[in-house]
Amino acid sequence: MKKMQMTLTVNGEAHELLAEPRELLIHVLREKLDLTGPHIGCETSHCGACTIDMNGRSVKSCTVFAAQANGADITTIEGLGAPGALHPLQEAFREHHGLQCGFCTPGMITRAHRLLQENPNPSEEDIRFGMAGNLCRCTGYQNIVKAILAAAAEMNAVKEAAE
Amino acid sequence: MIPAAFEYHRPTDIASALATLREFGDEARVVAGGHSLIPMMKLRMAAIGHLIDLQDIADLKGIRIDGNTVRIGAMVTQQELIGDAALTRAAPLLRETALQIADPQVRAVGTIGGNVANGDPGNDMPAVMQCLDATFTLTGPGGTREVKARDFYEAAYVTARADEEILTAVSFTVSGGGHAYEKQKRKIGDYATAAAAVTLQKDGTVCSAASIAMTNLSDVPVWSKAAADALVGTACSHADIGNAVAAALADIAPTADNRGPVEFKRHVAGIIIRRAIERAWSRA
Repeated sequence: MKKMQMTLTVNGEAHELLAEPRELLIHVLREKLDLTGPHIGCETSHCGACTIDMNGRSVKSCTVFAAQANGADITTIEGLGAPGALHPLQEAFREHHGLQCGFCTPGMITRAHRLLQENPNPSEEDIRFGMAGNLCRCTGYQNIVKAILAAAAEMNAVKEAAE
Repeated sequence: MIPAAFEYHRPTDIASALATLREFGDEARVVAGGHSLIPMMKLRMAAIGHLIDLQDIADLKGIRIDGNTVRIGAMVTQQELIGDAALTRAAPLLRETALQIADPQVRAVGTIGGNVANGDPGNDMPAVMQCLDATFTLTGPGGTREVKARDFYEAAYVTARADEEILTAVSFTVSGGGHAYEKQKRKIGDYATAAAAVTLQKDGTVCSAASIAMTNLSDVPVWSKAAADALVGTACSHADIGNAVAAALADIAPTADNRGPVEFKRHVAGIIIRRAIERAWSRA
């Protein structure tokens, strides 16, 4: 099958690449762009481990063809922080034990990042509802919720200080 | 899970989408959010030679509220429905329903058009559209026609839409009064074991109009006129609601599957319908 020329802006960098239309976005990100932060968990749009940010929305990249993402602006976990310069959400997940095995964590944090832009002051209930598309088999969610609450408080404090 | 190869098309207007659909006939399918279709393609339960992505067609987007009439473009996502304050004021039933569909990531992509056009008995919006007596706009090579939601569903995945047509919009008249969408599901992201959409009008202490439709309790959504008739003219007492529930249950035909045997589904349906009526009445 003929490959398609496509452009993806990922973590602020524009990439020109060739992919078959049937290639899923998660595969293109992981195998063509070497962004292995987004994980393949269930591959059936349930678990949320493959969550990325696409054009300002949280999306499960296992259920999007790369062709549909042609022209899109994408953020993966790699675009949120770096070793030594963690994003407040990454810092809070570490501090509050929001991860154990870590498999779901990139999807959790990428989703939480969007959630805090949709609602910068979420209640515990808002977080549980807003994170319902991400499954974790280790933590029982309690510490994930705590971490997101803490990150929200930290990010709001930084924002206030800047104003 | 890699789907079979296909050719990808991304038209920018309805006319070109229709032309591609016509050119490739049975081999072509339109895709909106794709969160029903893509999983089927990955499982190779749907083989599609030509995938026509509707995302760049501006005419399929947007929510228009004109007096009592609401028109929603097929490509409006569940997330956009939830976030639209004017729509929520006009027809709060849609937001209440959309919030119970799938999960945040799926709602960010899944559309109202896909939800109603797919014909999956598990989709939630078809019953809501029947409850509201909505009209679907279908555009094909011969022009545009309108089909009532109550006449649209023929069997599971079989609808009144012809292969060469695209469902472009849903529209309905706002009636005010009380509303509810009540859904029992095993977990987040699951389809309903049973769900019911209800709208009720109240005149003094009496129910003056009612509409009741149900999800996933037959191979098509079920609008129960008998259930509505059982409420009109009553004060929606416990016994009146019991009569409406009995009438609704007489109109469904659930089948046993991994959500449970028929007896269980009828039991759940009875509870869900009662709750939906009670909540709608409390808001009427």
